[in-house]
Amino acid sequence: MTQQSPFDLETGAGLLACPRCDALHVEEELESGQTARCIRCGTVLAKPRGGAFSQLIALSFTSMVLLIGAVFFPFLEISRMGFGNATSLFGVALAFADGILLPLVAALLIMIVGLPVARAFLLVYTLAPLAKGRPPNRHAATAFRWSETLKPWSMAEIFIIGTAVALVKVAGLATVHLGPAFWAFCGLILVNLASRGFMCQTTIWDAIEDAGLATDGREMVEGRAP
Amino acid sequence: MTDDAHSRPILTAHRAGLLGCHSCGRVWPGDQRRCKRCGAKLTPPDRRGLQAVWAWWFAGLIMYIPANLFPMMSTRTFAGLAGNSEATIAEGVLELIHHGSYDIAAVVFIASIVVPIAKFLSIAWLAMVAGRPATADQAHSRLKVFEVVEFVGRWSMIDVFVVAILSALVQLGFVASIHPGSAAVCFALSVAFTMLSAQSFDPRLIWRGLPLRSRTKE
Repeated sequence: MTQQSPFDLETGAGLLACPRCDALHVEEELESGQTARCIRCGTVLAKPRGGAFSQLIALSFTSMVLLIGAVFFPFLEISRMGFGNATSLFGVALAFADGILLPLVAALLIMIVGLPVARAFLLVYTLAPLAKGRPPNRHAATAFRWSETLKPWSMAEIFIIGTAVALVKVAGLATVHLGPAFWAFCGLILVNLASRGFMCQTTIWDAIEDAGLATDGREMVEGRAP
Repeated sequence: MTDDAHSRPILTAHRAGLLGCHSCGRVWPGDQRRCKRCGAKLTPPDRRGLQAVWAWWFAGLIMYIPANLFPMMSTRTFAGLAGNSEATIAEGVLELIHHGSYDIAAVVFIASIVVPIAKFLSIAWLAMVAGRPATADQAHSRLKVFEVVEFVGRWSMIDVFVVAILSALVQLGFVASIHPGSAAVCFALSVAFTMLSAQSFDPRLIWRGLPLRSRTKE
């Protein structure tokens, strides 16, 4: 918390509204490691972390690799009395491939694989030029906004907990072998947790703005967190 | 910091005649339609936005009825358990209790019956009291309820995933096989609609009913 930026109550320049309770805050430059909370509702407004952009890019690439691996490697295998059955991630989605359940196949594939990959891609697209200090890509703001909007719908970590529940149910019925795709998903949870620690939307929005996004030219390059 | 909030007067963007962007936090003059930084639509925090909440809420409630009446999955076993059976959500819980696995029965009961109903009730309550006069303490507990609903919402999808995994995995010819039932798609839709309902709720409305205070600078 160092010097205060000038703010303007007529145009809203230099101010920040809490997205949860609408309380106005004056934008301040934060040191890496500091956390700014809303004075009224306590929502975290900003928590810049040093080197966060490169870390987020690396973690996004990791999750892309893990997800692509998870799609192509076998997921689970069971055997009982000489009968066996193996399934991949596609097999899981295609479990709904008859009758009125068909739309659920697409929905499942999108929620488990499509959206996590898409979000990782959008994040890399937004952050890669910013981490190198270049001007942001075209539509970087739109890309990052979509990445945030789609966040609740990307359900890879819920899927892996669902797998655990299903395994408990099957355990009495047959012997289960866990495939590489299962472990890839477990790794994905750790990657997601790590990237959540580095994620700070306010810092990224400021960086997009400061790096030369065509706003209306009233962004203040001085006195703003990197 | 929340302790200070009770004593210190607070100025909101709405009272200052400004509009805060719900997506990136930037503040704009009250007549701005779209945030120039992130491109999100700017909406003033008023009760008109609650119509979308109620619309998605009813859609979710309607889909929740067939989700409970139709079978979630059908099990066909030759040697294993109890022959052929089709089970709705409630029957599945009863079956688990019958087999003596009380812990799993409790998990399924909470995850697919208690949580969805609690979610419907919480969203309805939040939408009804939104914008009504409240004390700071009430507002804090309402925000907590909203955050729990928002967080828990997507985890209800776990049921649909379990059915998908079981039906893909347990295909052992005549020994045992599991097929998904039509309730799975209804349940998935119900979860999606309640998620949309919770997302359409504007948490800023929780704080609109607080008594007017003069402005301050941090």
